[in-house]
Amino acid sequence: MNATALLDVQGLHKRFGGVVATDGVDLQVRVGEVHALIGPNGAGKTTLVAQLAGQLAPDSGRIVFDARDITGASAHQRARLGLGRSFQITRLFASFGVLEHLALALQAASGPSIGAWRPVARETALFDRARAMLPRLGLQTHAESPIHTLSHGQRRALEVGMAIAAAPRLVLLDEPMAGLGADESPRMEALIGNLRQEAALLLIEHDVDAVFRLADRVSVLVGGRIIASGKPDEVRRDPQVVAAYLGQE
Amino acid sequence: MFAGFALALPWLLDALGASFYISFAGRVLVYAIAATSLNLVLGYGGMVSFGHAAFVGLGAYVTGVMVSEGLVNGYLHLAATLSICALVAALIGAISLRTRGVYFIMITLAFAQMLFYLANSVKGYGGDEGLNIRARSMFGFGLDLKNPASFYYLALAVLTASLYALARFVPSRLGRAVLAIRDDEQRAEALGFATFRLRLLVFVAAGMLGGIAGLLAVNQQGYVSPNVLHWTQSGTLMVMVILGGVATLWGGLAGAAALLLLQEVLSGYTEHWEFWTGWVLLAMVLFARNGLGGVLQKVLASR
Repeated sequence: MNATALLDVQGLHKRFGGVVATDGVDLQVRVGEVHALIGPNGAGKTTLVAQLAGQLAPDSGRIVFDARDITGASAHQRARLGLGRSFQITRLFASFGVLEHLALALQAASGPSIGAWRPVARETALFDRARAMLPRLGLQTHAESPIHTLSHGQRRALEVGMAIAAAPRLVLLDEPMAGLGADESPRMEALIGNLRQEAALLLIEHDVDAVFRLADRVSVLVGGRIIASGKPDEVRRDPQVVAAYLGQE
Repeated sequence: MFAGFALALPWLLDALGASFYISFAGRVLVYAIAATSLNLVLGYGGMVSFGHAAFVGLGAYVTGVMVSEGLVNGYLHLAATLSICALVAALIGAISLRTRGVYFIMITLAFAQMLFYLANSVKGYGGDEGLNIRARSMFGFGLDLKNPASFYYLALAVLTASLYALARFVPSRLGRAVLAIRDDEQRAEALGFATFRLRLLVFVAAGMLGGIAGLLAVNQQGYVSPNVLHWTQSGTLMVMVILGGVATLWGGLAGAAALLLLQEVLSGYTEHWEFWTGWVLLAMVLFARNGLGGVLQKVLASR
C-alpha cells in the first residue's frame, strides 16, 4: 500500500438484502491531497461516506486512518482522531448561534464534555479560535446571528466551518456545493481550495466542473465499485468513465 | 422579591389564618423538584421519558422502607436514595437510550410499570395498601419534618439548590453538548461528542434528583403507596413540564404551582376539574409554546 496514504480503504463491502451498495471499494487518500469522489446517482456514494464516517458498519473490508484500523470505531471516536465531515443536507443546531456552532465544534474536540458547572463562555480560547474562523467563512458580520437568519450559502459555509474547526487531518465533504446558486458556488469553491493547506480532503461532489478544477486526484464510483482513479485529466479521458458516467452529462 | 415571598410564605399564611396551606405549598415544592428533574431529561435532554415517576417512587420507597426498619438518619436516606436511583437510572437508561422516539417513550413507561407492580407485590412493605411511617428522616439541627413549616423550608432549600445547579448546567460544557445532541444527535456525534454517554449522564442525574423529590414526598405525607409509581404520575409530571415550560429554568416550579393550584381551586367548584384543566393545557400549548416558565423568563429578562 501507499506509504503516504492517510486514509486507506481496503476491500469494503456492504449489502442491504439483495442490493450490493458497496462492492469491494479500495480507495487511498494521501496526506495533503484533494481527492474527489464522483459517481452517478445510486452509485453508492452515500453508503460509502456513511461507512467512512462510522455511521454504518461494513460487512467486510478494512478502513485504516493514519496507520490505525478504525473499521470498528464509532463516529465520535473517528472525529476525535481527526476525521471531520460535513453533511450533504445542511444540519445545524437550531438553538445555537453562528459563533456558538464553531465554539461547539472546538469544544467537542477539546477533551470530555462532562463538566456541568463552569460556563463554556469562560473558555475564551475556544471562542477566540471560533471568532478567528469567521472571516474565511464569510460570516464575520454574523457572529451572533441565529442560524434561521442565514442564507443557504451561509449555512453551507457554516456546515463546512464546523467540519474543519478542530483542525482535522482529513475532511469528508459531502456535496458541499449542493443547492448553491451561481453566485454562491464560486465562494464555496474558493473556501474548499483554501482548505488544502490544512487538511486532506475527500470531496464527494456532483458538480463535475468544480471537481476537475479542485481535485489532485479523482476516483469514480459506479455500481458500488471504483472503476477509475487517477489525475483528473486521465480520469476524464478514461473510456470506462466516459461510458459509465461523464457521457451521460 | 420572589425569594422574599418564598421565604415569608409560611409566616404570611399563618398570619392569614390559612396555615393549612403551608403543607399545600410544601407539596408544590416537592412536585416542582420532581418536575424540574423531568424537565432536565425531557426539555434540555430531549429524552421524552414517560417513566419518570419510577425515580420519585423509588426515592419514596427507599426512604419509607428504611424508616420502617428503624433507620431514621436522613443522610443515610439521602445516600441510599441517590445511589439506588443512580443505579436503576443507569440500568434503565443504558437499555432505553438505544431506542428513539416512540420506542423510548414505551420502554421508559414499561420499566416504570415494572416497578409499580413490584411495589404492589411486596407485602412486607404494605403491598398495594402502601406503607405508613411513624418517624421521619432526621437531618439534625432540630429539624422536625412533621412540622409543615420546617418541611416547607427544607423543600425550598432543595428546590433552590436544584434550580441553581440547573442554571449552572445549561451554559456548561455538558449542557451545551446535550443541547446540541437534542437538536441533532448525528451531527453532534460527528463533531466528536460521545452522545450515548452524555445522554446517559443526564438521564442518571435526572433520576437522582427525582429520587430526592421522592424522599421529600414520603416525609411530607408519612405514607407511600404504589400509586406514586403509577404511569399517571409520570403523566402528571409531564403535564407540569409542558404547562410550566419545556427547557426553561422555572418551568418545573411554574408548572407544579399552576397545576396544583388549578386542581385546588377548580375542585372546590366542580368534580370535573380535570376537564377544565385540559382546556388550560390546550390553550397553553397553542398560545404559549414555552409555557409559563417561558413567559416568566421573558418578564425577568425585560427588567
